[in-house]
Amino acid sequence: MRDIRFLKQLILVNGLVPLALLALDGYRHKLGANPHEFATRATGILALLFLVLSLAVTPVRKLLGQPWLAPLRRQLGLFGFFYGVLHLLTYVWFDKVFRLGAITADVAKRPFIMVGMTSFLLLVPLAISSNARVIRWLGGRRWIRLHRLAYLAVAGGAVHYYLLVKADTRIPLTFAGVLALLLGYRALNRFLPRYTERKPARVLANPGGSRRQ
Amino acid sequence: MLIKRPEDIKGSEITDEKAYFSRRQFLRGATLVTTALGTAWLYRQFSAPSGVSKAGEKIVGVVAPAQTQAPLPGEPLTSLQDITHYNNFYEFSTDKREVAPRARHFVTSPWTVEVGGLAHKPRTFDFDDLRRLSPPEERIYRHRCVEGWSMVIPWIGFPLSRLLDEVQPMGNAKFVAFETLADPKQMPNIRSSVLEWPYVEGLRLDEARHPLTLLAFGLYGETLPPQNGAPLRLVVPWKYGYKGIKSIIRIHLVETMPRTTWNRSAPGEYGFYSNVNPNVDHPRWSQRTEQRIGESGLRDTLMFNGYADQVAGLYAGMDLKANY
Repeated sequence: MRDIRFLKQLILVNGLVPLALLALDGYRHKLGANPHEFATRATGILALLFLVLSLAVTPVRKLLGQPWLAPLRRQLGLFGFFYGVLHLLTYVWFDKVFRLGAITADVAKRPFIMVGMTSFLLLVPLAISSNARVIRWLGGRRWIRLHRLAYLAVAGGAVHYYLLVKADTRIPLTFAGVLALLLGYRALNRFLPRYTERKPARVLANPGGSRRQ
Repeated sequence: MLIKRPEDIKGSEITDEKAYFSRRQFLRGATLVTTALGTAWLYRQFSAPSGVSKAGEKIVGVVAPAQTQAPLPGEPLTSLQDITHYNNFYEFSTDKREVAPRARHFVTSPWTVEVGGLAHKPRTFDFDDLRRLSPPEERIYRHRCVEGWSMVIPWIGFPLSRLLDEVQPMGNAKFVAFETLADPKQMPNIRSSVLEWPYVEGLRLDEARHPLTLLAFGLYGETLPPQNGAPLRLVVPWKYGYKGIKSIIRIHLVETMPRTTWNRSAPGEYGFYSNVNPNVDHPRWSQRTEQRIGESGLRDTLMFNGYADQVAGLYAGMDLKANY
């Protein structure tokens, strides 16, 4: 089942399911009394969710000793960016009806929008540098350092969410908690890799001689 | 047991290459469909489209005072569906779309309301007696939530002052304190600690006696559904929506300013007065504009929610930035 191509197809389809349902509900006027707010909130949560999943790929593949899972990190991260773009569009389009002046005033005045906008802007270079050619051009080490910004972007996203809820902070705090776990894993991995990695299972020497699968 | 050598396997017994691949493809297709359905199901858990709640009981003999019942020019009524499926009622859920389904079985009869404190004739009313104190009136009011959305709602009720007259406040009564039922058996979110329960609210006595201040028990000609605060709620149209306390069980006349739930939760963000004021922002967002439910685009928020002519006098000489 180590079929990365199929796994990527699986993620592609599943990642588009929420968008399809959101669009369908919108088309059928089933988004509730405040469709703009719902679409904005849903795309925002999905962006955070995919970014967190993307950051979870490395710990998962190391803990399970499955290095072939690595390419999922990019795919999930790009999904996070994609929903982030939609989130920004719902805000610009619905909330501000494309009034640029109002947007800049809002960014300057509202801490939660400033934090959200900053987090989004942090993601832009990551999305641009996600293809192989840019990685080669940047060089692996610089690329890795650049992509640590993803942690900052998710932290910013959680703060952005926390700042806009009235009293029920459970969802933003959950995102913050998961991010803390992921950072904790990184710290542990740095100092005690013995406990955080499992060597990939060695491919068994072919016992059946020349027999092929 | 005969072990066949490859040349013993008849050509007809070898799985056809096409069949082999189509089985693999079938499995993949099935996995794709199953996981997609799973994801869709998961998504629906968070986005369940809201249904239609059962109709209330028709309220008979509604009178309509000319000045408050007239539709607001250029501001159509918000639909019953939207008014009853987009609610802040944290005892049931903090998700505005979830309140209606979770409040569906809320029991509002029998119901008593204790009215007392600094009153000459304190009394515990059976709700059915209370609503007959005065003829039901239809009042079309704007409703502005502190979150930045608004509605236009045809309430049915009578002025709170009618009830206060009944119990006769004492001379030293300066404020009115209200309390919502807190029943963990019926209100699932009370187990969470998002707010302190029971929910409490308050008004200055002159605000409580103002003719616009309504004790409401109906909506669109019918009794209130649970999610809108059945059986009895407060409506103060020039204040942010959370001042309109729901499912009231206690009304007390008191001498000092009573505590209020949102003020206790975040004193820097929600004051005792909570008058709608486009010039005083919430610390985290602007109050200049509002999203009128059912419309696209934003409306400008009006001073005292458009009731400045009637209520500005109550706050003459007061610094409204300090007394938010």
